[in-house]
Amino acid sequence: MTISPLTRRYPLIALLMLVFSLAAHSGEAPESQPWLDALDTLKKGSMPAREKAILQLAEIKDAHNLAILQALLDGKLYLTKTDAKLVIGTDNHQGFDISNAINGASLGVVEHDALSKINLTNKMRGTLRKIIGELELSADDPKVRLAAVKAMAKDADEKALALLRERGGLEQDEAVRAAIKLTLLLQDMDSEDKGVRIKAIEGVKGFDSQEAANRLNAMVEKDENGEFMEPDGDIRDLAKAALININSRLQLYSSIETVFFGLSLGAVLVLSAIGLAITFGVMGVINMAHGELMMLGAYTTYVMQQLMPNYLGWSIILSIPAAFVISALVGIAIERGIIRFLYGRPLETLLATFGVSLILQQSVRSIFSPLNRSVATPEWMSGSWQINDFLSLTWNRFYILVFCLLVFVLLLQILKRTRLGLEVRAVAQNRKMAKAMGIPTARVDAMTFGLGSGIAGVAGVALSQITNVGPNLGQAYIVDSFMVVVFGGVGNLLGTLVAGFSLGIANKFLEPFAGAVLAKILVLVFIILFIQKRPRGLFPQKGRAADS
Amino acid sequence: MKLLTLATQDKTCTTVLMLLAAVTVVIPLCNVLTAVDSPLHFSAYTVSLVGKYLTFALLGMSLDLVWGYCGILALGHGAFFALGGYAMGMYLMRQIGTRGVYGDPLLPDFMIFLNWKELPWYWFGFDNFGFALLMVVLAPGALAFVFGWLAFRSRVTGVYLSIITQALTYALLLAFFRNEMGFGGNNGLTDFKDILGFNIQSENVRSMLLFLSGSALIISFLLCRWIAGTKLGRVVTAVRDQESRVRFLGYRVEMFKLWIFVFAAMLAGVAGALYVPQVGIINPSEFTPLNSLEIVVWVAMGGRGTLYGAIIGAVVVNYSKTVLTGLMPDAWLFILGSLFVVITVLLPDGIVGLMRRNIRGKQV
Repeated sequence: MTISPLTRRYPLIALLMLVFSLAAHSGEAPESQPWLDALDTLKKGSMPAREKAILQLAEIKDAHNLAILQALLDGKLYLTKTDAKLVIGTDNHQGFDISNAINGASLGVVEHDALSKINLTNKMRGTLRKIIGELELSADDPKVRLAAVKAMAKDADEKALALLRERGGLEQDEAVRAAIKLTLLLQDMDSEDKGVRIKAIEGVKGFDSQEAANRLNAMVEKDENGEFMEPDGDIRDLAKAALININSRLQLYSSIETVFFGLSLGAVLVLSAIGLAITFGVMGVINMAHGELMMLGAYTTYVMQQLMPNYLGWSIILSIPAAFVISALVGIAIERGIIRFLYGRPLETLLATFGVSLILQQSVRSIFSPLNRSVATPEWMSGSWQINDFLSLTWNRFYILVFCLLVFVLLLQILKRTRLGLEVRAVAQNRKMAKAMGIPTARVDAMTFGLGSGIAGVAGVALSQITNVGPNLGQAYIVDSFMVVVFGGVGNLLGTLVAGFSLGIANKFLEPFAGAVLAKILVLVFIILFIQKRPRGLFPQKGRAADS
Repeated sequence: MKLLTLATQDKTCTTVLMLLAAVTVVIPLCNVLTAVDSPLHFSAYTVSLVGKYLTFALLGMSLDLVWGYCGILALGHGAFFALGGYAMGMYLMRQIGTRGVYGDPLLPDFMIFLNWKELPWYWFGFDNFGFALLMVVLAPGALAFVFGWLAFRSRVTGVYLSIITQALTYALLLAFFRNEMGFGGNNGLTDFKDILGFNIQSENVRSMLLFLSGSALIISFLLCRWIAGTKLGRVVTAVRDQESRVRFLGYRVEMFKLWIFVFAAMLAGVAGALYVPQVGIINPSEFTPLNSLEIVVWVAMGGRGTLYGAIIGAVVVNYSKTVLTGLMPDAWLFILGSLFVVITVLLPDGIVGLMRRNIRGKQV
C-alpha cells in the first residue's frame, strides 16, 4: 500500500485505510459501478445532484470511500483541469501533492492552478460530517469508534441518536459503550418528559464528564433577572445533588493530580540528589560540581540524538549508559585530580569542586555555545495519559517517576549486595578500620565518587526531557539537591527519597495559594528553620558515625 | 599610639595600609585640584573602578572576619552586601522625586509602572539620609542576628551552615526577583540622580565616594584588628580551632559567633551602601549564590585569617576580572574556576601565606 500525502497528514485515516483494506474484499468492491457513477456525479453535477451523490456514497462501506469523503469535507478533493480526474491534493506550498482518488496511487506534484476544488454547501458539509461519523462508528478499532461517538455527541440529531442507540446495544468495548450512554443521557436531560430527565440526571452523575458538569451547572444557575434557568424545582434539587457528587470527585481528581505533579517534581529532586547523597553522605565530600555532572548527562543525550536522529527512542535509552559512563569518568577524574588531596577538609573541597563546576560550565559554553539546546522527546514519552475529562497525567513526568524509582532501587541494591557496596559502607563507617582490614580505601573513594557522579549523569538524561539543556542547567538544581540531602539526613539514602518526594509534594500543594516562586521560597525557609530544629535532618545517623 | 601598633604588626600589613591610605587620599585630591586635561588627573572610569574595588575589599574583609577568625564559611555573605545596597538604593530612589519618567513626587517609576497606588510601608523614612544610613547597617544586621541566633543556638556547623547560608541568599534572590516585593523586581533600583543634593554623576562626588570607601575600609580594618586582639577576638579564634573545647570551658560559643556574624554583616552592608552609588544600580543578581562564592575566593586567594589578605585578594581578583573579561571574555570562568582549585589545593594560605613563606625562607 502506498502512503499517500493524505495519510501522512491524517494518521486516523491511514489506520482506517489499513483496517478497511483488509475488510474490503469481503464487502462491496470499491470499483463497483454505482460507486464510480456516484463519483462521476460528484465531479460534474449541480449542487443538488452532488448532494445526492454524497448520500449514495454514504451507503458504501469502504476505506477508500471514507478517505474520499474526508477529503471532500476538508476541501482537499480536486478535479484536474486537463483530464478531469478526481484527485486528493495536499498543499505543500510550492504546489499540490496529488493522488488518484479512485485507487490512491500517487500522481506527483502539480501547480496550484492545475486543479479546481470541488465545492460544497454548508448543508452538505453537515451531512458529510454525519456520514463520516456513522462510517467510523462501525470501524473495527475501538479508538476510532470512541472518537466517532465523541464527534457525534457535539451536534446529535434524531438520526444520529437512533444510530447511537442501536450501536449502544451492539457495542462490545466498555469505554465506547460508556461514551454512547453518556451522550444519550445528556440528550435525555433536555427531554420533555420529567421522568426521563430525572433518570438522565441520576444517570449522568456517575460520569466524570466536563460536559455533564457544565449542563448541571447551567440547571442550577440564575439568569440576569434572578430567575432560575431551570423552572422545575425537583429537577433543580436533583441537579444540585448530582453536582455535589461530581464536584467531590473533581476535588479528588485534582488532589490526585497535585500529588502526581508533586511526585514528579520530587522524582526530579530525588534523581538529582541521590548522586549527591552518596558523595556527600557516604564520603563526606561536598561536590559543588554535581549539578554540572548532571548537565554533562543532559548534553550526552543531546549528542546521542545528533548522532542517531532517526531513532529518537533508542537514542534516549542508549543515552542512559552513555551519560553514566561519561559523568562517572569525569567524576573519577575530579576525585583523583583534586578531591583526594583535600580529604578531611570539607570546606576546601566545597571551594575546589565549585571551581571545577565553573570550568565545566564554561567548557560546555565554549563547545556547544551558550544557547540552550533542544532535546527532542520520543513519541512514547510525549502527550499525556487522559484518564477522564478531569484527570490526565503527562507521560514524560510519569516515566521520570518510574525511572527515578528504578535508579533508586538499583543503587540501593548495589550498595547492599555488591562487593563495592560493602566496601563503600565499610569506608563510610570507619575509614581507618576499613583500611586496616585491607580495603583499598583510595580505590573505593574513586569508585564511590564515580558511582555518585554517574548517577548525576543519568539524572541529567531525565532532566533533558523536561527542561532546557543549557550551561546553567546544573546551577538551577544544585541548591535544591543539597536541601534534599540535608533535609533527609546525610548518609541516608532512604531519607533522601522521602525528603525529595515530600518537598516536591509540599511545593506543588503550596503553589496554588502562593504562586510558584513564593512556594519555593516558603519551602526553602521551612528547610532553613527545620535544620535549626533538627540539624541532622529527618533521619539522622546514629552511633559513632554521627560524630564525625 | 595603640592604633599604630595595631597597624604595624607585620610588614606586609603596613605596606597594604600605606598603599590604601595613599590611594584614598591621592586620587580624590588629584582630581579635585587638577584640571581635566592634566596628566595627574584620573579618569572618571578609573575613579569609580578603584572605588568599587575598595568596597569589594571591605566586603572581603568582613567575610574574612567570619571565616578566617571564626571558622564559619558563610556562602551567603553577598546577601548582606546586597541588603545594604538596597537600603542605599531606596534612599537614592526617593531622591529622584519628580525627575522620574512618570514624574510622581512620591512613587518611584517602577511602582507607577506596576500600578501601585501608594508607597509600601517599608519605603517610609528612606527619603531621610540618616534613616537610610541606619538601615544600611540595621537591615543586614537584623537578618544576620535572626539567622545566626537560630543557627548557632541549635549548633548548626560546618558544611550544614554553609549550605543553609547559601539557601538563605538563594531564597532572597528569588524573593527580590518578584515584582510584588516592591524593590523593582528584575530591574532592581537604578537611574539615580543625586545624593544629598549633589549630582551623583559628577566627578567631585565620585572622588568623594572613593575617599569615603577608602576611609571606611581603613577604619573597619583597624576596628577588626582591634576586635581580633580583644578577649572577644581571642575566644572567637579559639572557637574556630576547637569549638567543643571552648564550650566545655564555659563560654557561650553561640553568643561569640553571633556577635562576630552580625558585626561582619553590618560591615558588608556598609560596603554595599558605598558600592551602589558608584555603580549606579542595585538588582537581585547581587544575591546570586555565585557572587557570595566569589567573595570566598577573594579571601582564600589573599589568605584567610589575616584581614589584609582579604583586601589584597579582593583587589587582585577583581582587577584580573576587569582586565581579563575585557581581553578574552570567555576565559574568565576558566580562570576563576582554576583559581578555586589551585588555591585550595596548592596555596591554602593564599598570597599572604606565600609571601610569608618567602620571607621566612630568606631569613633561614
